[in-house]
Formats: sequence, structure tokens, C-alpha cells
Amino acid sequence: MGEPQVTKHAVRTDFKKSAGLALANARLGAAMNAATLRQDTGRRAIMPELGDPLVVRELAKAIKNHTLQNLDRYLAQLADNVRMNGGVVHFAQTAEQARAIICDIARKAGIKTIVKAKSMASEEIELNDALEAAGFDVAETDLGEYILQLAAEKPSHIVTPVLHKTREDIGQLFHEKLGIEYTGDPPTLTAAARKVLREKFRHADMGITGANFGVAETGTICIVTNEGNGRFCSSRPRVVVSLMGMEKVIPRMRDLPVFLKLLAKSATGQRITCYTSLMTGPRRPGDFDGPEEYHLVIMDRGRSEILGSEFRDALRCIRCGACLNACPVYRKLGGHAYQSVYPGPIGKVITPLLDGVIEYEQLPLASSLCGACLEACPVRIDLPTLLLQHRDLISRRNRMPFVWKWGFKGWRIAMQSRFIYSWGSWFGRLFLSVTAKDGWVSRLFGPGAGWTDHRDFPLMAAKPFHRRWATIQQNVNEEGKS
Amino acid sequence: MRVSLFATCLGDLFYPDIPECVVRILNRLGHRIDFPEEQTCCGQPALNSGFMDDFKAVAARMIRIFENAEVIVTPSGSCCSIVREYYPHAFRDDPTMHAKAVAMAGKTFELVEFLQKKLKVDWKPWNLSYSGSATYHYSCHHRGIDMSPQDVIGLIKEFRGLDFRLLEKMEQCCGFGGTFSVKFGDISGAMVRDKVACIKATGADLLICNDGGCTMNIIGACRREGFHIEAKHIAQMLDEAMRNGKSR
Repeated sequence: MGEPQVTKHAVRTDFKKSAGLALANARLGAAMNAATLRQDTGRRAIMPELGDPLVVRELAKAIKNHTLQNLDRYLAQLADNVRMNGGVVHFAQTAEQARAIICDIARKAGIKTIVKAKSMASEEIELNDALEAAGFDVAETDLGEYILQLAAEKPSHIVTPVLHKTREDIGQLFHEKLGIEYTGDPPTLTAAARKVLREKFRHADMGITGANFGVAETGTICIVTNEGNGRFCSSRPRVVVSLMGMEKVIPRMRDLPVFLKLLAKSATGQRITCYTSLMTGPRRPGDFDGPEEYHLVIMDRGRSEILGSEFRDALRCIRCGACLNACPVYRKLGGHAYQSVYPGPIGKVITPLLDGVIEYEQLPLASSLCGACLEACPVRIDLPTLLLQHRDLISRRNRMPFVWKWGFKGWRIAMQSRFIYSWGSWFGRLFLSVTAKDGWVSRLFGPGAGWTDHRDFPLMAAKPFHRRWATIQQNVNEEGKS
Repeated sequence: MRVSLFATCLGDLFYPDIPECVVRILNRLGHRIDFPEEQTCCGQPALNSGFMDDFKAVAARMIRIFENAEVIVTPSGSCCSIVREYYPHAFRDDPTMHAKAVAMAGKTFELVEFLQKKLKVDWKPWNLSYSGSATYHYSCHHRGIDMSPQDVIGLIKEFRGLDFRLLEKMEQCCGFGGTFSVKFGDISGAMVRDKVACIKATGADLLICNDGGCTMNIIGACRREGFHIEAKHIAQMLDEAMRNGKSR
């Protein structure tokens, strides 16, 4: 098993602390609850349109598994075909390399202003910071991302990045940053952003997009957006760069509809996203629009390590965000509490692998393993099992708290002996009954306080089933006879 | 059929009435029940807490204890899902144990699943009835054994006279999650308060909840808020209704 490397990052707040802050924010809680439920309900309502959704999901899973099994071959095919179409292909192993490659492309082409479509890969490498530091003017053009750029915040959701903000928050922000009169009216706010963004599109000489899918057989990069901003970014500027995580490749064009159907439904409960843009190289003679230069940056950044590990299945992810919307923990916390690029269940699995198993050690632990994510996932990633694998590794790394480690050693002995189990629980009950009232304990100490800080703990039954069995057997036999 | 009862540790120690009801229900349906007395816990607490070796030790013992069972029935979807999903998973590198784990997984059923899908019980002759209002919380681990909320609600609707009220966010986790509830008490606490609020909103007198973990979490939180509602496992309702229906 290739265990991903431990990398050092800036010190962040303890997860429990950031979670506590999120939980204390009632407004955030209400907004997250409403928004995630709306998105989850939308997904559930539209999935049956696929007939038997499970069949389509299993097909998507099989395509992704096959692709991951042959990733080297399909990446080579994709790169060859992008080049054949007249594009330039770059491979970046690390975030640093990806940033350097993109800054370099911009520098060489004499770029001043850049428009950017939404891309989680670019969030991974904090591309905007790098471009701005290199002196370029960068504008996010997805409405949500634009709002976040104005607010200097990070996305809290991978599909709907401003899920944590209310329209009033945005009205206030636009009032401060764009100088418009305060309003909470979405169409007015959208029109204000549109006015700014149209100017950006008009003057931009470089566009940066992510990549939802890279079709190997044709060398086509596909992005889906709802606002058309992605298409502006990919068609108008004279230089276009697509940044793609290397797991995003799919073999054939005929595989694409399978994913387009699933992605839109799972992400936003739509039949299909409003704009599905296919980029196949730069402008050819006679083309109406398109860039003069097209670059594809294929980024590894820890993915090949995941590919060779027991976490490979996580690379099937198409970043639809359905697991976030379904997750009861995400619904309570929102995305920022995770302090990671990818929040929610998929974030709990891949963040430790991409950004450090020690730094993000709390994430895989902070799940009730309810399985709502697995049920929602369009490519059937068994996220609960992957979380268990993380937990197993944490204990193998000997980083589980002492009390749990030795507690379970004792538990293991007790559970393997009828005698200890029976008498141990008897003494346990005796011990708890000292403080119990009406069969309930309202205060426990040590780790148990985590329970009783929020709810009462029941006292065990006076006579457990195993001590009743002989009598029950007798009674049942008599009832049967009568 | 000879049915081996897996009471589960929570059922045995905290809610012994539930396995007792299971015995009576299955007996009335004409099955012989045995209770392998060496059984303890399926091992889930260790698995979920990341202690795979401790889990495997306990799981291996359970596999041995139930090796000769014809069919195993448990009133907990959670424990059932561990046997079905994670016993084979845990021993995937050990062919002998893996085969035994797969065999156990293949003959282990959760109570409602056993009654509805395996035995396909016709409840009409039993005249099931219940007077009062009830709501139902879907326990997460029923997902792991392919039991949808509708599978359980189907059985609930067999009770005449029951005023069934659908719970908002019925499928949202109550926040138990074993040691998660203790390690991340604040998050778990917020989750269970959400659940309690939804239950309150139904105005029902009874909460039907088929997993001990969810029940102790939800009812413990109700008590903390001074909100009193009764919780029953559907086995308790069936036992009662079968007894009454029969004597009628």
C-alpha cells in the first residue's frame, strides 16, 4: 500500500474549534440547512428520469474504473490528440509546477488581464494568488466565485461556492465593493455583476478554465457551466488555458453523455447544465471564434499516489457535490469549517491524501458513517469505507488517543469472554446507578462527557437479555403449547 | 426454520425487551429460536473507531459462534450491516476466514427484512392494530443492507388505527455514529437536536426507531430538553399487536 506522504502546511485552527464556531453561527446553520436540503431534494426528484438510475451510475463507475486502470494510456492518448488539434500540453506534478507553467504561459504571451471560469483544481493550487503576485489582473467570472473574490473568501461548496452567503450578505458586499445601492434582490445584484464582468470579458487576453472531462479519443476538454461565463472564457480571449486534474480523463466521446446526465442531476438537480462547452484545440482557419493559443495543463498533485493506494476509488469523483448536500455533518457546519479546498465527505477522504494526513487527521474521524454520501454519489464511491480506511491508518500510525487505544484493548478482551462481558456490564451498571435518576445519567466524566454535554445516557436494564433467556425459552414453549 | 437470535450488545444490555419480543414474534410465526449464549458484540465500535485488529478478533469469534446457525436474525440494522458488509471486508486477505465471513453474511438478516423480504409474512390474519400517533426515524445503517424507509413504512402501515406521521428529514442521521457521538459531541449534539425538533414538529406520541444506538441518542436528547416521547422498536409493536390480534 502506497501511503501518501505527510506534507507540512501552514498551521491551521483545530477542526473542533472551527466546527464549534460554525455550530455557534445560527444564521449559517439555517442557511446551510435550507440550501443543502433544496439541492438534495432537487437531485432526488430528477434522478428517476434516468429510468433506473442505479444502472447509469454503475455504468459511470465502470467507465471510471476502467479509465483509472489504464490511466497512463488514456492520458497519453488525450495529450497526443490535444497536440494534434494544435494545442500545447503541459504536465505538472506539483502545485508549484502548475502555477509556474500557467504564469509562464501568460508571461510569454504578453498577457495583462485574465478571466477565469470556475475550477476546483485552480483552488487546489491557489492559482489566483500566484497570478496576482506575478502582476496579472485576474477576474473570477462565475457569479459565486466573483462574489467570493470580492469578499476575499474561499468557496464553501464545490459546486455552489457561496452557499454560506445569504442574498442580504451579497447585497451588502456589492454595496461596499461595487458602490451600488444596497439591495437584496437577486436579479438586480446579478445585473450589477454582469455589468462588471462583461467589461472584463471584453478586455481579457487570456482565459483560464478547469476541466470537467477530458475526452481521450478526440482531445476535447469539456466544461459545464450555468452562466455561460465558461464559454466566454474559452472562446473570446486570444490565449486559453485549461487546468485539469489527471483523473478527469474519459476514454470516448460516447462516454461523455453518461457523465453529463449524472453530473447535472447530481449537482444541481438539472437535466443538463445550461452550457456544455467542448474545447478541441485553438481556432482553426474559418472558425468564427476561439483562441489563437490553447494549452492543457494536466495536474497530478498527489493523484498518482492515490491511484496506487487503497483510496483509488476516490479518483472516480466527478465533483458534483451531491455528497456534501446529503451529508448531515456538512449540513450543520458548512464548508469553511473543514478548512480544506474540498469539504464534506469527499473532502474528508481526499484532503488528507492531497494536503497532509497529519494536518487533516480530524476530518476522517468527524463522521457518523451514516452512508448518505454513498447513497448520493453518482459514481458510487464507498466513502464510508474509505473513511474507515483512514481511521485504520491513523491508529496504525499510532496517533489515536491513548484512552481509546487502551480502552479498545480492554473492550476486546471483554467481548471475547462471556464471563467478563456479563459481569463487566453488571459492574458497569452498578457504577452508573450511583448517579442515575429514573434510569438516566446526566453527567459522565472523561470521554463520556462528549455524550452527556448534549444528552442523557440511559442506564442498562436491570436484567439483560442473556440473564432472561432461560425463562423466556420456558414461557415461549408454554405459549406455543396453549 | 431454526432461527439463531443475535441480540446485539445494545439489545442485550440496554433494551432486552426487544430481543425478547423478537423471540415471541418468530415463535408465533412457527419458527424455533435459539440464542447462542456465547455471543457479545459484533465489533462495530472498534471498526468505526479505527481499531481493525480489535474488530477482527471480536468478529472472528462471532463467526465461530454462529457457524452452525441456519439463519441469523437481529433486531438491529446497524449490527446486521456490519456482519454483511464488513465481516467479509475485514478478512479479504484471509481466504479461509473470508469464506466463513461470507457464509455468515449470507444468512444474517435484520428483523424487518427477515419478516418482509425473506418470510414474506402475510399480516392480515394477525389483525395488527395500534391506537395512537407515531412517527418513524430511518436508521442510517439500513442503507447498508438495502432496506429503504419504504420497506419499514410498508410494515408500519399494516397496523390499523395507527395515525402515521412522516418525519421531516426522516433519513438524516441522528448523530449517533458510535464513538463519533462522544469524540465530536458538539457536532453530534447539533445533529440530534435537529432530529428532536423534527420529531416534536410531528406531534406524534410514539417514535418508531429500530436501532438501539439511535434510540439511546434521540431519547437521551429528548429527555435533556424535557420533551417526553416514547420510543419503540417495531418488534415491540408487533409483539403487542400479535398478542392482541390473536386473542380477538
